[in-house]
Amino acid sequence: MSLSDVFATARAESRAALIGYLPAGFPTVEGSKDHLRSMIESGCDLVEVGLPFSDPVMDGPTIQAAAEQALSAGFRVRDLFDVVAAVADAGGRAVVMTYWNPVLRYGVDAFARDLAAAGGLGIITPDLVPDEAEDWMAASAAHGLDRTFLVAPSSTEERIAMTARASSGFLYATAVMGVTGARDVVSSAAPALVARVREHTTLPVGVGLGVRSGAQAAEIAGFADGVIVGSAFVTAAGESDAAVRALAADLAQGVRSAVAPV
Amino acid sequence: MGQFTPTPHDPDARGHFGPWGGRFVPEALIAAVDELAAEYDKARLDPEFVNEFKRLLRDFAGRPSLLTEAPKFAEHAGTRVWLKREDLNHTGSHKINNVLGQALLTKRMGKQRVIAETGAGQHGVATATACALLGLDCVVYMGEVDTERQSLNVARMRLLGAEVIPVKSGSRTLKDAINEALRDWVANVDDTHYLLGTAAGPHPFPLLVRDFHRIIGIEAREQILEKAGRLPDAVVACVGGGSNAIGIFHGFIDDTDVRLVGVEPGGSGLDSGSHGATLTAGTPGSLHGAMSYVMQDEDGQITEAHSISAGLDYPGVGPEHSHLKDIGRAEYFPVTDAEAMEAFALLSRTEGIIPAIESSHALAGALKLGPSLGPDGLLVVNLSGRGDKDMDTAVKYFGLADGGQA
Ligand SMILES: Cc1ncc(COP(=O)(O)O)c(C=O)c1O
Repeated sequence: MSLSDVFATARAESRAALIGYLPAGFPTVEGSKDHLRSMIESGCDLVEVGLPFSDPVMDGPTIQAAAEQALSAGFRVRDLFDVVAAVADAGGRAVVMTYWNPVLRYGVDAFARDLAAAGGLGIITPDLVPDEAEDWMAASAAHGLDRTFLVAPSSTEERIAMTARASSGFLYATAVMGVTGARDVVSSAAPALVARVREHTTLPVGVGLGVRSGAQAAEIAGFADGVIVGSAFVTAAGESDAAVRALAADLAQGVRSAVAPV
Repeated sequence: MGQFTPTPHDPDARGHFGPWGGRFVPEALIAAVDELAAEYDKARLDPEFVNEFKRLLRDFAGRPSLLTEAPKFAEHAGTRVWLKREDLNHTGSHKINNVLGQALLTKRMGKQRVIAETGAGQHGVATATACALLGLDCVVYMGEVDTERQSLNVARMRLLGAEVIPVKSGSRTLKDAINEALRDWVANVDDTHYLLGTAAGPHPFPLLVRDFHRIIGIEAREQILEKAGRLPDAVVACVGGGSNAIGIFHGFIDDTDVRLVGVEPGGSGLDSGSHGATLTAGTPGSLHGAMSYVMQDEDGQITEAHSISAGLDYPGVGPEHSHLKDIGRAEYFPVTDAEAMEAFALLSRTEGIIPAIESSHALAGALKLGPSLGPDGLLVVNLSGRGDKDMDTAVKYFGLADGGQA
């Protein structure tokens, strides 16, 4: 199963894919495996396994605090592959979402090799743009991993086209100009951005930043191929596994009840 | 050569100095750094911009800054020492050079809001000052630890009309203040300029911050030729993010007989692990938007820097310094907190100049370097700032309040 299959399956069911994010090691390494498995069982088509990083400049307070907790509990990069393997062994699909420095430090090729061996499908790179990604292009090709780069409301047409060409699997559209964190309303910039992206590519487009409810998921499912939920899962994981399951179920319902964009 | 003349030492179009630099930032910020780069490319060739910048440096900041011989301090160094007096600039450090340049760029881009990070508070004060002068709104992020050890500067910023936001995440120092400023910038990039205070960050910051500080080296070179009749054997500067150092280095970069010496914060000593000597002890990595040497563990987690000097307490460094180190054009070594404080007291007592603790690292470096040059040798030390802001630290360190003597 590859990333394109994930989106093809959802498309065949006339719905958007649900993509849930949780940092590995939060609240503990074993705890994150349990929650990620619950997310899969309760309706996530794909999980993004976050790599906790000391300086998460793209993240708001919720994910910052989760990363800090994981790191102070002793999380190590090698634990990431263990968590990804646990998801894959449970029949789930996982990509990694990581700031670039830990990958650089591990060695780009070695990281790709070990992620592929663990059963991971690709990497989402919030602070790596294709302009600087020569090593990653080579390593991902060598190890059969997908590359998800991000586009933003501020991206020019030229950059959207370039970023889409460099990506595979799916493209990540950041719905708002800002950091991660649950928000009450879906950004008005998101549908316009997705429409611009579609001018340049047939790749599936996932929309993230700020989604936390089934109703919001339904709204995004009306114009995007994937709904990405991060901080809300982190908050739920801070409560209980039951909360994680309930959130996934609510969101899974949402991506199956798309409302047409206004 | 003018301050903005392109040189063979400029980075490539994407901001690379050899393998260093570039842009390791979220896509959401690319449009903003592209806009800034394009605006700077126009501004640096626009006589109106260049003249306005020069006018502010002269009539507001008080440039040119003096070059002062320090003969009694020099006795302790065993060689002749001249000080480039950036401490005499308005607001008390070199930081004003870069701030005035970027504030003018902010105006050109039609943005009304400025955000900045600050460690020692010198960059924050300079930014708040320029914003007051030019009528811009100003928000300064400052690590909570630094707001405590540099409380006087917090008060100065607030008096100047800036909002100071203490940053409570991570190590609560400069690195975390930069993280928070970047988060603000992503969310408000339409109307906000991030006025970065050192020669680090994504392209074009390392280039334009360096260029705004090139005036230090240009003046120093002319002044030393006039006063001493020759070029120095070495130019010495402290390195936090690297802006004062790169500014003075560039005046001498093509004088290959002049050694360029950067002095890093050695904290309690390199063996203690408690320091901020990024170039001496760091490894390649990406932090705050550029590839450079960084202090990190084997997992690529950024480690905390430690220095008695808030302005040097940073686990990263500007990419051009990584390049100059690699090609061997500049050399870098650390001095400890204790050595810096000794130099701090020595300059105060021998020359009647109280230096910033940051700059005291450069002075301590000169004391180490001097003996090898001998009495005919000649050093130019960049005295990047004045020490008024450091009185709290000095009072505690030397026990001055209890009748102690430095
Ligand atoms: C007086 C002074 N010197 C030096 C520095 C270090 O910065 P940089 O390495 O960018 O010159 C600072 C930073 O706050 C400073 O205030």
